[in-house]
Amino acid sequence: MSVDPWTLLAILVMASITYATRISGVLLGGRLKLSPRAQAAFNAVPPAVLVALIAPSALATGGAETIAALAAALAATRLPLLGVIAVGVVTVVALRAFGL
Amino acid sequence: MTAGPREVRDGLRDIAPAAIAAIPIGLLFGALMASKGLTPAEVALMSGFVCAGGAQLAAVELWVHPAPILALAVSTALIDARHVLMSTSLARRTGAFAWWQKMLGFYVMSDENWALGERRAAERTLTPAYFITMGATLWINWVTTTTLGAIGGAMLGDPRLYGADFAFTALFIGLAAAFVRGPGGMAVVAASGLASAAAYLSVGAPWHVAAGAAAGVATAWGVAGEEEALA
Repeated sequence: MSVDPWTLLAILVMASITYATRISGVLLGGRLKLSPRAQAAFNAVPPAVLVALIAPSALATGGAETIAALAAALAATRLPLLGVIAVGVVTVVALRAFGL
Repeated sequence: MTAGPREVRDGLRDIAPAAIAAIPIGLLFGALMASKGLTPAEVALMSGFVCAGGAQLAAVELWVHPAPILALAVSTALIDARHVLMSTSLARRTGAFAWWQKMLGFYVMSDENWALGERRAAERTLTPAYFITMGATLWINWVTTTTLGAIGGAMLGDPRLYGADFAFTALFIGLAAAFVRGPGGMAVVAASGLASAAAYLSVGAPWHVAAGAAAGVATAWGVAGEEEALA
């Protein structure tokens, strides 16, 4: 179980940058006064970031992924999270088996 | 704090799907890092200290020996830039947190527990017990599975065979759906998705996250302005 010092340094650099981004809102946030319009913009951050994270795999990977993403989005209107995951994964595996 | 145990239980219940979906990803990531020459101890240290799936997966792509620290720093900063928006948004909801609970809670903030924290805060007070339970669960899960993956190596096989690579996409679709309300919400999703896919195809990762987030937020800003003008 050895640890290379240079690798450890790289890990600590990555960790410092990551923590700085995570804590930034706490350090800045209390001082922000937001208009209703800015509030609406901030309330859009959660769905905008989540959709941006998955758009490449959902829209730009292949037919199976795009169809499975649509199936998961439909499932999300009536199923809990694990059900949405199950629908998405089963759909993608089935479509890939058909060679999509 | 009589509500403590219930907040912990709710946190465990709400984070369970994300934690389960993360198990094959963690095993696979650990195996990938081991194939790049990292020891299980180094994988455990990275997962424990960095604890950011996106930044770590990008690091695997870049990893050579000795570690290219500048390239790793730039890649990490780009992929984690979304945390600034997420943290600023969620920080408005942490009125019930002591300062050390904020320092700890935001250390283990991930896409999943952040989204669930925002959803909770839209309905009731966000408690440190609820949020930190979710973050700690994901942290323990991630450190354990990536370390086991590094030890187990390549026994896992191709995750595409059993669709594990798609589990995160489906999970994020389910989480995003909880935030979409009305035509304004649909416009945000459409703008973010199209801008992200376009940036991914034209410029490449990790710029798609920033492009999609910016397009979605700008759309919400525009829609809110129209509603103000009508009112």
